[in-house]
Amino acid sequence: MTTMILWVIAYLIFAPLVGGILAGLDRIVSARMQGRVGPPILQPFYDVLKLMEKEALTVNKVQDFYVMCFLIFIIITGGFFFAGGDLLLVIFSLTLASVFLIVAAFSSNSPYAQIGAERELLQIMAYEPMVLMTAVGFYMFTGSFRVSDILTFGQMPLLYLIGIFFGYLFILTIKFRKSPFDLSMSHHAHQELVKGLTTEFSGKTLAMIEVAHWYENIFLLGFVFLFFVNGTPLGIALGVVVCLVAYFLEVLIDNSYARMKWQFTLKSSWVIAITAGFINLVVLRFMF
Amino acid sequence: MGTIFFLIVFPLVVAVALLVLKTDAIRDMLVRVAAIVIGAASIYLAVQYYGTGGEMFDFHSETLNYLFMVIEALLAVVVIVLGIKYKKYLALVLAAIQTPILIWFELTIGHHVNVVNNIYIDRLSIVMVLIIGIIGSLICVYALPYMKDFQHHHHGEKDRRPWFFFLLFLFLSAMFGIVVSNNLVWLHFFWEITTLCSFFLIGFTKTKEAIDNSFRALIFNLMGGFGFVLAILVLGTYYNTLELSTMILYGTMGYSVVLPAALLAFAGITKAAQMPFSSWLLGAMVAPTPTSALLHSSTMVKAGVFLIIKLSPVLGWNMAGIMTMMVGGITFLFASFAAISQSNAKRVLAYSTVANLGLIVACAGIGTYAAVWAAVMLVIFHAITKSLLFLCVGTAEHNIGSRDIEDMDGLFGRMPRLATFMIVGISGMFLAPLGMLVSKWAAMTAFIDSGNILLVAIICFGSAATAFYWTKWLGKMTAIMARRENIQDHVHKEEWVVLGTLTGMTIIAIMAFPIISSGILVPYLVNVFAGVDAASLLSGNMFIMTAMLALVILLPILFFGKTNKKIVPIYLSGANVGDDLRFTDSFQQPKEVSLKNWYMEDYFGEVKMSRYGNIASAVVIIAVMAMMLGGVL
Repeated sequence: MTTMILWVIAYLIFAPLVGGILAGLDRIVSARMQGRVGPPILQPFYDVLKLMEKEALTVNKVQDFYVMCFLIFIIITGGFFFAGGDLLLVIFSLTLASVFLIVAAFSSNSPYAQIGAERELLQIMAYEPMVLMTAVGFYMFTGSFRVSDILTFGQMPLLYLIGIFFGYLFILTIKFRKSPFDLSMSHHAHQELVKGLTTEFSGKTLAMIEVAHWYENIFLLGFVFLFFVNGTPLGIALGVVVCLVAYFLEVLIDNSYARMKWQFTLKSSWVIAITAGFINLVVLRFMF
Repeated sequence: MGTIFFLIVFPLVVAVALLVLKTDAIRDMLVRVAAIVIGAASIYLAVQYYGTGGEMFDFHSETLNYLFMVIEALLAVVVIVLGIKYKKYLALVLAAIQTPILIWFELTIGHHVNVVNNIYIDRLSIVMVLIIGIIGSLICVYALPYMKDFQHHHHGEKDRRPWFFFLLFLFLSAMFGIVVSNNLVWLHFFWEITTLCSFFLIGFTKTKEAIDNSFRALIFNLMGGFGFVLAILVLGTYYNTLELSTMILYGTMGYSVVLPAALLAFAGITKAAQMPFSSWLLGAMVAPTPTSALLHSSTMVKAGVFLIIKLSPVLGWNMAGIMTMMVGGITFLFASFAAISQSNAKRVLAYSTVANLGLIVACAGIGTYAAVWAAVMLVIFHAITKSLLFLCVGTAEHNIGSRDIEDMDGLFGRMPRLATFMIVGISGMFLAPLGMLVSKWAAMTAFIDSGNILLVAIICFGSAATAFYWTKWLGKMTAIMARRENIQDHVHKEEWVVLGTLTGMTIIAIMAFPIISSGILVPYLVNVFAGVDAASLLSGNMFIMTAMLALVILLPILFFGKTNKKIVPIYLSGANVGDDLRFTDSFQQPKEVSLKNWYMEDYFGEVKMSRYGNIASAVVIIAVMAMMLGGVL
């Protein structure tokens, strides 16, 4: 119980720090790939601090409330994960958080925000089956949905869940909002949907979304980590290294692909879920 | 036992009274009083039998048997006459075959089968009685002002409201009959009454479309009824029993009752509007909204899933079970997909009903205690939430003149209270930590444990689609549009009372979740299944869920709509006229902004989805039936 609380507190404090530094690394690595020098590593923090000082503007009385709920439930979702909780609970509360964000964008009744919201919804529909199958895979392998049980299971899940691992990496691109799947919003405000989902957010509200994103990225990488734990320090080290490699891979993909159409997003993620995910589950079913 | 009879006979008496007494004032009073009495009697029954957990009654009456037989024959005559009148010969043939067979059977073989217990009550019946008695009668009350408006819109036509209310109360009476009958012949009698009631309710407006759809409902349900008759025949002839409890006992003792179980499950599948029979429920929407609400939430389709849940101990990994779980799973998947392509609110609700019933049927088909736990929970939450949503859409339709989701733009500004009720309902259908999602979660775990990976994959994809179509509706309603006039004062008081009660019930049911589970469901499951592990059903997650729920309720109360920020216009590429509703176009003219939802017709078109689902389900049903017949011959 004490370790659980300590983990949650550590998560609450360090997740935004690590998430922000990862975002800074992302920008430097991206810049180098494009032959630029890039900003300092702490730039994301400077950005958020600057956003906090902007004039307080909003387009209606309710959207800030929804964004606040989004941030709160993203933090809670990660809290469940780091408390060793149920993977399905993590996934479902993540959906709840996402719905708050989408409703926030809808509430503005602004065309760009609303198109972004619809695309965000589409992205959820695209990745959700694979995310659920990831949880199912862990359950079938270890007999529990709980992160704490998976950590102490003692056998590395990777080899038995190899299809699911690749399926999860695939949809991670959507979750990290990276090209070719950055349909609903993007950091670059010069495209057909302006800033998409976040068009009507500004100042502190936009800062909340950035921070939520840092929290979110950390527990999404936590899923990757779970594939490598086997109860030994070696497993932990391997897990951390693979998380970093996975993050680098996503940055690489981001820089080497143009944005695809939504049709491709939906089709490819569902095809991956059916092939890699489902077949992996069927194999597991007959192994155990 | 007196309460049980009261619940069957009292609505019947009210029904007849409503048919005879035709003035508005008397009807208003009678329906309200009857609704209160029925609701109170249902609660009284629940309290009365809650402690005993389950009781059988050896009530016998030869007169009643003959009376049922005569009524059944009369109903068959009615169907035949109507079949000739409207040239619907399939309905005629189905009625002309099954009723004589049943009557012949009852007079010969059935006469010698000894029925020990005709009536029973257990905790599942109690749950059903509460759903029918409370939600069903609330819908009847709601129907009062609604039908007044309806008559107003159709003035000049004959006032057929006495007939409408007669059917509503008859329906309730028959539903009570279904959930307490242990004698399958009686169960079948009430079953057929509900079929006929829904037939007349769907055809109520007597337009060509209504008549066609009502006959489709009739024909599909008579097919199911035919399966029911065959099951009775097989049970009476080969197993020498007509009792549901005995049949299930045989099954759990190891005798094979797969054939009658499959036939009864087939009857349940038709009534629960599973593919390939689901089109009757979609067609039922031509009827006035209270009918839809009644058919979708507390009656008719719930009779179908009730029967399948009763059968669940003898389902599982056998032919009957595989048929049931696969038909349910296929229906859940394709109905969820089809809902994406719909913009008519009632059709979205209808597809969502079909999908959720599919999930319930699949759970019951799996037949483990954990799956049945999920199934009953889904029944409870679906009944409350779906009736709320249907009635909300009905009220919205009468006030904004459309049932299209695209026209519900900014409903939050125009009818804030109604929109809040709808938001509670919609969230209740798919979001954590609310009831349906928790049940779905339990269903998913049960599917994995049963080893049916195909169903696991189906629920993964189906849930993703479910979140999509609900959230886009939610988004439409929560959009804040400038200068919307508040028009909710036109709503009738009765409608507010009913909608408010249902919203309250939705929230209470969600909060009482752990109590419903440990107080009613677990004791029921312990009686029906061996080796129930109650702890696994009520895990620590339940309390986390309750805490989350408190947060979800508390946050809006504390913070919703409170801001001291400066409000600025939205971004319309720098061409906002200034009112957030128009922009300056390339001719320097103001142009309205119009935003539409995504429907993805090419991917999730209704026709395509129904075709795939119908074919897949039909193949499963035909293959299972053929294999069983092959085994018999």
